[in-house]
Amino acid sequence: MDQDPAPLLRFENVSKSFAGTVAVSATNCVITQDSFVALVGASGSGKSTLLKMVNRLGDPDGGRVIFEGSDVRDAPPAALRRRMGYVFQGVGLFPHMTVAENIGIGPRLAGVKATTSRISELLELVELEPEYAQRMPHELSGGQRQRIGVARALAGDPHLLLMDEPFGALDPVTRDGLGKSVRALHGRLGLTTIMVTHDMAEALLLADRVLVMDSGQIVADETPQALLAGKGGDIAQALVAVPREQARALAKLAPDIGAAR
Amino acid sequence: MNEILTIMAGLGDKLSAHILLAASALALGISVALPLAVWASRSPSVARIVLGFASLIQTIPALALLALFFPILLSLRAVFGDGLPTLGFLPALLALALYALLPILRNTVTAREQMAGGVLEAADGVGMTGWQKLRLVEAPLAAPYIMAGIRTAAVWTIGAATLSTTIGQPSLGDPIFAGLQTQNWALVLAGCIASAALAMIADALLGTIERGFAQRKRWMVWGWMVLALAGIAAAGYAQRPNDENSIVIGAKNFSEQYILARLIGQRLENAGYSVEYRNGLGSAVVHEALTSGAIDISIDYTGTLWTNQLKREDNPGREAMYNQLVKWERETSGTLVLGRLGFENAYALAMREDRAAQLGIETMDDLARQAPRLTIGGDVEFFERPEWIAVREAYGLKFDRQRNFTSTFMYDALTGGEADVISAYTSDGRVAADRLRVLEDTRGAFPSYDALVLISPETAQDQRLVQALMPLVGAISVEDMREANFAVDRLEDKKSPAEAARELANKIAAEPPP
Repeated sequence: MDQDPAPLLRFENVSKSFAGTVAVSATNCVITQDSFVALVGASGSGKSTLLKMVNRLGDPDGGRVIFEGSDVRDAPPAALRRRMGYVFQGVGLFPHMTVAENIGIGPRLAGVKATTSRISELLELVELEPEYAQRMPHELSGGQRQRIGVARALAGDPHLLLMDEPFGALDPVTRDGLGKSVRALHGRLGLTTIMVTHDMAEALLLADRVLVMDSGQIVADETPQALLAGKGGDIAQALVAVPREQARALAKLAPDIGAAR
Repeated sequence: MNEILTIMAGLGDKLSAHILLAASALALGISVALPLAVWASRSPSVARIVLGFASLIQTIPALALLALFFPILLSLRAVFGDGLPTLGFLPALLALALYALLPILRNTVTAREQMAGGVLEAADGVGMTGWQKLRLVEAPLAAPYIMAGIRTAAVWTIGAATLSTTIGQPSLGDPIFAGLQTQNWALVLAGCIASAALAMIADALLGTIERGFAQRKRWMVWGWMVLALAGIAAAGYAQRPNDENSIVIGAKNFSEQYILARLIGQRLENAGYSVEYRNGLGSAVVHEALTSGAIDISIDYTGTLWTNQLKREDNPGREAMYNQLVKWERETSGTLVLGRLGFENAYALAMREDRAAQLGIETMDDLARQAPRLTIGGDVEFFERPEWIAVREAYGLKFDRQRNFTSTFMYDALTGGEADVISAYTSDGRVAADRLRVLEDTRGAFPSYDALVLISPETAQDQRLVQALMPLVGAISVEDMREANFAVDRLEDKKSPAEAARELANKIAAEPPP
């Protein structure tokens, strides 16, 4: 980090509880522009709760979230959300709308009709043919649906892309392909991306900064390289150990397979 | 079959009234249920309360719910003034709309619960406002479910609307109730077939609209919706008020009332009036309908008014009772008691001749001694009536069993041995035809039941009308009335009330009153 990149998003001492259970406690964090941040942790660690404070699907009980210089609570939630892309595990394509209508919903809400060429362009971004525009969601595979989900999130030219376990429900091959696509889009469109995942391998491979959460707090804030080098403390290292062991075991298998041949 | 078809061909007026009532109730039900459902979908506690209330309403029999609106509206007159109708369209509309709530509410709330959580989260996530979410996502996704609820509600409403006859609202229930009363099964069937057919047509129409919503075919939704609305509009056109000045004659739900209503109606038509009939009104409802002007003319009985309206339990004797009644009607509401028709339709206890002879019963005192071993049958309201309570106490009557029958079946129950004693009516043709023994009321416990013609306060100002009806006063003997009643009630060679009324009129003309 030779010079300070502009902070796009800042969590200031945010906390939130659900029915007496602390989900996020007094957390501070700055997300700089253009970064790809992975929020990793076990279920219930508070990572999704922290993410949803950004687009106000759940406001903090205390503290504030500053996006592009102002408190997210200064604007009406609907207006705020149109400035951010949101992709989540449930995808949530509107079943009564065509793919084109789904993708164009954000602009439509803002009072602009997305043109056919714009829809084609967005479909192309997520590597789908323009013919998909007139299909209905139920005619698509799971991977295709999440691609449409990503295209819908990008339709409003957001600066910030929020992803909550975006590939959680996909098979490994689809998951890998879509992960790579999103990473490429991140660079190509100059996005700032925050991705919640419980899969450390995914975080290490896609992100350039990994935040590890446990019991409502950020317990590690490292680059993937630093984590692989053993930094970030016990909790982070326990999560890193899983893919590392798998990689080692696979590597050990490989010569055997070679010998058997 | 031909007879049924002929009757059905004449039901156009009832049909259009039925359609208008059911459609209005459904529209009101929808316009209340949908906002409530939206509210309920945003708050589980509201959902619990609203659905609980709607389910509770559903447990009230439709007939009772309709009748309950009479006292409710009557008490609301304190707020809205005396112009508030307590009978007819308004109470029927309100009761049926309440009835329509549950299926619409339940389906709408279920639709919201069935909606995949992801879709709602996505709606928020893409930046929809609450209203946009409702309009663009929740409403279109819930539409097929809501439509299914509306469809169920429509079928229920059309069925239950037949019961609105009892509170003075014309509907396809009119022929059903009239037919049940006079054992004219063709009438009953015609009414049932018509209302069932209407329900099936509505169901098919709304079903197509529902499919249109589910398959997202707009032309299907709009096309069939226009068709449904056209049907309702046609009914509205048929029901447009064409004659504001017609005289409305009310009749309670038994043959004598139907016949006398026709007798009066025919006289008025001869005098150049146009006439409408409201048949099958509940006994308690008729008097209120008359004093409030919902109907213009009714036939009632001294004893009935004495106990139900004046709330009196004493028995001052026939003449005194009549004179006090006339005065009371004039002073409390301005209703005109035109006069007594000349016969009594009193309550009396009757037994089969052979059974009475076998048990040696001639008077009510004899009956009281044997009562603990006997079964008494009464019409549906008899055992609640103050007259019965007075008689029971005067003689110390205590029966082994007490059974309710509709007045038509009561006589069959007696001849069939299912009851030993029944509450008979003295003017009933079946008393003579079934060879019944009317037990002597030695203590004079039953009040007298002189048949009266009552005219509403406003219509009583019409001297020409009053003069046209005056010749009926004192003109009908109990024998003539029995014969007319029997002509309608018997199973062979049955007459319609209108035919019996014409025969009765001929007799009156042939033997002028002394």
